[in-house]
Amino acid sequence: MIAELELEKIQEETKGRSPAQDAFREFRRNKVAVGGTLFILLVVIVALAAPVFTPYHFAEQNNLNNREKPMTGYLVTTDRLPDCHWANTPLEWGCTIFFAGSDSLGRDIWSRVVYGGRVSLAVAVVASSVALGIGIVYGTVSGFAGGSVDNVMMRIVDFLWAIPMLPIIILMTVYFKALSRAGVDTGVAGFLISLDRAAGGLLFVFIAMGALNWIGMARLARGQVLSYKQKEFIEAATALGATNSRIIFKHLLPNIIGPLLIAESMAIPGYIFFEAALSFIGLGVNPPTPSWGAMINEGYAGIRSNPHLVLVPGLALVFTTLAFNFMGDGLRDAFDPRMRGKN
Amino acid sequence: MITYITRRILISIPIIFLVVLVTFLLVQAMPGGPFDFVGIRVMPEHMRRIMEDRYGLNEPISVQFFRYFGSLLQGDLGPMLRLRSQTVNDIVAETFPVSIQLGTMSLAVGFIIGIPAGIIAALKHNTFIDYSATFIAVLGVSIPSLVLGPILIYIFGVWLGWLPIAFWGSEPPFILGFLPKPTMDFWTHAALPVFSLGTGYSAGVARLTRAGLLEVLDSDYIRTARAKGLREQAVVIVHALKNSLIPVVTIIGPMLAGAITGAFITETIFALNGMGRRFVESITQREYFLQTSLVLIFGILLIAGNLLVDVLYAWLDPRIRYD
Repeated sequence: MIAELELEKIQEETKGRSPAQDAFREFRRNKVAVGGTLFILLVVIVALAAPVFTPYHFAEQNNLNNREKPMTGYLVTTDRLPDCHWANTPLEWGCTIFFAGSDSLGRDIWSRVVYGGRVSLAVAVVASSVALGIGIVYGTVSGFAGGSVDNVMMRIVDFLWAIPMLPIIILMTVYFKALSRAGVDTGVAGFLISLDRAAGGLLFVFIAMGALNWIGMARLARGQVLSYKQKEFIEAATALGATNSRIIFKHLLPNIIGPLLIAESMAIPGYIFFEAALSFIGLGVNPPTPSWGAMINEGYAGIRSNPHLVLVPGLALVFTTLAFNFMGDGLRDAFDPRMRGKN
Repeated sequence: MITYITRRILISIPIIFLVVLVTFLLVQAMPGGPFDFVGIRVMPEHMRRIMEDRYGLNEPISVQFFRYFGSLLQGDLGPMLRLRSQTVNDIVAETFPVSIQLGTMSLAVGFIIGIPAGIIAALKHNTFIDYSATFIAVLGVSIPSLVLGPILIYIFGVWLGWLPIAFWGSEPPFILGFLPKPTMDFWTHAALPVFSLGTGYSAGVARLTRAGLLEVLDSDYIRTARAKGLREQAVVIVHALKNSLIPVVTIIGPMLAGAITGAFITETIFALNGMGRRFVESITQREYFLQTSLVLIFGILLIAGNLLVDVLYAWLDPRIRYD
C-alpha cells in the first residue's frame, strides 16, 4: 500500500519528463560533476583561443632566459616584442613575465602548457570518436546479424583481446615514424605520413588509440544490441514490416547510444594518459609541438633544480583528467536509475 | 576444469604463433638495420654484409622466421645484434625478475590499500568517510605514474632525502631466478617506484570494491542474512564480500599483464632495468630478436593472466561452469 502510494508520488513528480531530462536534473544536482564539466569547458576555451591567453607562440625561444623560475620577469629586447601575442594591447606588461617559468630553450612554459592542452583535448575527442564509431558499427553489425557472422566477428575480437596490443602498437608507431624520417612519400604510407605532418605527429597516436580501444566498445555495443533485439517493440517493428536499417537507426541506436557514450566518457582519461605516455617516450607529437607528456620528459631529469618544469604540465594533466573523471562518474550516476535518490 | 584449461592452452598456441609472426615481420620491415653504424660512424658496406651473413639476416624472411621459431622451441630467444657479448636469454634473465617484482608488488599495494578502502567506503555509504575515500580514489586514478613518479622523487628523494630515487635494489643472481634478496636496500629502492605504479591500482580497486559491495548489500540474500539475525560482521565478511569481489578479481589478470607491459614509464623515470624500458630502448637499436622475444613474453603473460581470471571466476562463482 505504502509502496503504491510512493510509486504514485514518483509518477506524479516525473510526469511529462523524458528519461534524459531526469538524468540532466540528476546531473545538475551533482556539484562535483558540474564543476568538472565547467572546468573542461574552461580548458577547451583556453586551448582553442590559445593565442589570446598566452604571451608567446609555443616554439618561441628566448635564449637569454633559460630555465627561469615561475613569475620571474626578464628583459625583452624591442626587436622581440612584435613576437608577443599581447604586444600593443593593455596586456603588454605580461610579455616580460614568465608566469610559469621557462624551459631549457627559454620557451615560455605557460604558453606551452596551454598549446599542449590542444593536443590532449584533440586526443580525447578524436580517440573517443574513433573508438566509439568503429565499436558501434562493428558491435551492431555483429549483434544484429547474429549466427555465423556474429560468431566469426566475435572470434576476431577475442583474438585481438588476447594479443599484447601495447607493444605491437608501439612498434607500428615507430615503424611509421621511421618511414616518415626516411622520406617515403609514395602510396598509402606516403599519404599517411603527410597527414601525420599536418597533424603535428598526432595521426599515429590517434590510429594507435583507435586500434587499442574499439574492441571493448564493440563488445559493449554487441551486448546492448543483443539485449534489445529480444524486446517486444523490436518484434512489433519487424511485424509491421520495418526494414532492417529502419530498425537499427530508429529503434536500436537511440536506445543503446547512452550507455556507450557514458562508457566512452569514462575512457577519456585513459586516452589522455596514453598520449602523454607515448609523447614521454618520444613516440607522440613531433617537436617542437608541445604535449604535457613530452614536457614532463624534458623536465624530469632536472627536477632537483627546476621542479616547475615537471609540476606545471603535470598539474595540468592531473586537473584535466580529474575533471573528466568527475564528469564521467556524474554522467554514469545520472543515467543509472538505480542510483536515483541515493546521493 | 582440467580439460577446459588444456583446451585454452591449446587454443593459445596459434595465437602466440601469429603474434610472433606479426612482430617479427614488423620489426624486420623497419627502415634501417642493426648494423648501420659503428659507434657514430656509418658501418662500411663489406663489414655490414659480413655481420648480416653471420646472423643470417640476408636470407629470405621466411627462412629467418622459421629458424627463429625453431630456436624458440628449444628455449633459445636468439642473439643480441648490438650488445653482442650477451644473448636475448641473458637480457630476459636480468630484466624479467625486475619487471615481475615491480608488477606484483604494485598490484599487492593496490589490493592491500584498495580493498579495505573500498569496503570501508561502502559500509559508511554517504557519510563523510565515504565521500573522502571516493574523492581520494578519483584523485588516485587521475594521477598517472608519469606525474606521480617525479613528484614522489621530489618529495622523498630530493626534499626529505629519505629514499633513493633510481635503480632497483636487487641484482642478479635472483633467488629461484626471480625472487629478490629482501635486504633493506631492496625495500628502500622499491618504495618509490612501487608506490608510483601502485597508487593508480589501489584507487581503481577501491572504486570497484565499493561499487561491487554496494550492489551486493542491496540484494535479497543479504536482507535474508540480516533477517535471520546474523551479526553485521558475519553478513559482510561471509556473505557479501565474496560476491562483491568478483568484479575486482576479473581485473587482476589484465592488471598484472598491464603492470608488466605498461610499466615502461615507471621503469624509465626510476632508471629500472625492466622489460618495458628495455623494449622501448631497443626499438631504436633495431634489436630484432630482443623485441620479438619480449612481445612473445608479454603475449604469454597476457594469456596466462586471462586464463587465471577465468579459473578464479569459476572458483568464486559456482554458477559459472566451463565444459
